[in-house]
Amino acid sequence: MAKVKSLADLKKIKEELHAKMDLREKSNDPEAQVQIKVGMATCGIASGAKEVMEFLIEATAKRGINSIVTQTGCMGYCYAEPTIEVTMPGKEPVVFGDVDLKKADEVIEKYIKQGELVDGIIPVNYKTIDNN
Amino acid sequence: MEKYKMHILICGGTGCRASASEAIQNNLQDALKAKGLEEEVQVVMTGCFGFCEKGPIVKILPDNTFYIEVKPEDAEEIIEEHIIKGRKVMRLLYTDPEKKEVVSDSKHMGFYKKQIRIALRNCGFINPENIDEYIATEGYAALGKCLTEMTPQAVIDEIKESGLRGRGGGGFPTGLKWEFASKNEADQKYVVCNADEGDPGAFMDRSILEGDPHSVLEAMAICGYTMGADKGLIYIRAEYPLAIDRLKVAIKQAREYGLLGNDILGSGFNFDVEMRYGAGAFVCGEETALIHSMEGLRGEPTVKPPFPAESGYNGKPTNVNNVETFANIPVIINKGAGWFNKIGTEKSTGTKVFALAGKINNVGLIEVPMGTTLREVIYEIGGGIKDGKKFKAVQTGGPSGGCLTEKHLDTPIDFDNLLAVGSMMGSGGMIVMDEDDCMVSVAKFYLDFTVEESCGKCTPCRVGNKRLYELLDKITEGKGTKEDLDLLRNLSTVIKDTSLCGLGQTSPNPVLSTIENFYDEYIAHVEEHKCPSGQCKALMQYVIDPELCVGCTLCARNCPVDCIAGDRKEAHIIDTAKCIKCGACMEKCKFNAISIQ
Repeated sequence: MAKVKSLADLKKIKEELHAKMDLREKSNDPEAQVQIKVGMATCGIASGAKEVMEFLIEATAKRGINSIVTQTGCMGYCYAEPTIEVTMPGKEPVVFGDVDLKKADEVIEKYIKQGELVDGIIPVNYKTIDNN
Repeated sequence: MEKYKMHILICGGTGCRASASEAIQNNLQDALKAKGLEEEVQVVMTGCFGFCEKGPIVKILPDNTFYIEVKPEDAEEIIEEHIIKGRKVMRLLYTDPEKKEVVSDSKHMGFYKKQIRIALRNCGFINPENIDEYIATEGYAALGKCLTEMTPQAVIDEIKESGLRGRGGGGFPTGLKWEFASKNEADQKYVVCNADEGDPGAFMDRSILEGDPHSVLEAMAICGYTMGADKGLIYIRAEYPLAIDRLKVAIKQAREYGLLGNDILGSGFNFDVEMRYGAGAFVCGEETALIHSMEGLRGEPTVKPPFPAESGYNGKPTNVNNVETFANIPVIINKGAGWFNKIGTEKSTGTKVFALAGKINNVGLIEVPMGTTLREVIYEIGGGIKDGKKFKAVQTGGPSGGCLTEKHLDTPIDFDNLLAVGSMMGSGGMIVMDEDDCMVSVAKFYLDFTVEESCGKCTPCRVGNKRLYELLDKITEGKGTKEDLDLLRNLSTVIKDTSLCGLGQTSPNPVLSTIENFYDEYIAHVEEHKCPSGQCKALMQYVIDPELCVGCTLCARNCPVDCIAGDRKEAHIIDTAKCIKCGACMEKCKFNAISIQ
């Protein structure tokens, strides 16, 4: 690695490295972020959840949304895969079904950015131990 | 640079490494490779998370899952279940001992709730052996700011304004110390980092150096800039091999990046750091003794003045600060003195790192704002006393500090409050004692330590502490008298008043504070010749309760010295003159008929 010759150099390196550490800093305060969980069980992956997850990670980062995208196991809605669960800061989680790339885009633009609900919401019918 | 979707952080502190955290790291990496996920999941070994009680710790991000007591063979399950299927491994999560609830996110654990991590900000967060991760988290930005935007005096003023006081124990204002060193003109000056952490049971500085070595290097360079020194020396004890290794890596990386060396960041400022190893003598934590040890002389203190700021290493102006003090500096520069001095109390700003040890549930490393009470630290963060026993005392300040009791629990912790109640902040060791601990023996333990560690240069410390130890030994043997207590007090005061350095001036503190706070216990030893907590072997007597004894002969058959007499189905009797107090009889008795008096 070349020498850091000035403060501007240092700042530039920092910016480049920041993206790598970004995820760790966000994890310190997950409640302040948009949390998106993608159901990645066999059924989800078979229906394209992997691509949806990649898209969500990239699109939220590009559009300047502070988010944590994680994968989770089968949420039980195998009829509506891929499914994603979106938790806005301070709000109850909302589950969307049949999320393809187009739908994922719509969820970001409408629900996450403007708070409008979009079609395909699945009522949450379970509680998890995380909600303590 | 590749961007990972998930990060797995593993504690690489000395404690967790001793419990095979390196094997965990290897197994995790192997499991990821087997599943073809090594491009997507990053495995990082970090510094200490502080929750040493339940180590090794493994943390998974971004969902902030906190796994405890992980074993190398758990690695595959973590990858298979958590990483691939997104299901948390329930059996490795922390269970709140009071609420009996599983807590997966460390933020909701009682241990972390009250903590503010400034000096420990990067411990358990970044890989200490990777300078890039330090830079990504504001690393070396403070040095850059000082060199390009601030004059040396402006930096000193900022530190003065922050109210930062020396974290090694004395509590001297850091900004003032820097100012003294900056005002003395010389052709060569030195910045010294005191990493000679010597208190029994203390591991704050070691953990900072293991978890975030760059923060100390950066702060030393800032200090060098303020006082006009181009040379830094880290005095570290050779018994901290991991901290030494990580420092070596950090110094090498900083040199490669040009953040140590000549013309740092194009500012014309030169600064480089070297290491000096100590042999682990307690007295070398005293700054003049430390400097002599670095010069290759005997580790003995000398009278101040002259202070090191005038004549220190090789007779040149030298500024000595402790590791934790340095670790605070970059944050103060980055966030401003005004941010820092709002944390803590008026006269003791900021936070303090403590090493919790002894009879406490959550043994570990914590950082709390000054002004937090002992009760909060022991019960809320520390999780209370082990095995539900009763709290008796907490020892702060190591061999120089004192024992505080129940009535001090609501004292807010800061430099002045602890002094006022007869203890001291010290470097931050905190040892908790329960009802089973004998306070006379505790005082004896610390005196044993100071007798061993006294350098022998001045008579009060060399001879006086030895006499104190002998008196305490006499009392624990049951041969003490009430006059001995007065003698202990008098002698302690003389040693404090006449010793040359901090070691002797504070070594009688454990004696004085235990006499003050546990006078009854001393009286029981010298008048009734009894040890209320049953720790002093010479004062114990095993007795058989004739009411409860059924005469099963089990105790007599197990006694190694045949001192138990009695016929079958008749109550037995112990011959206390012959008894060696091994406790075998009490262990074997099925009827609880044997007790200690």
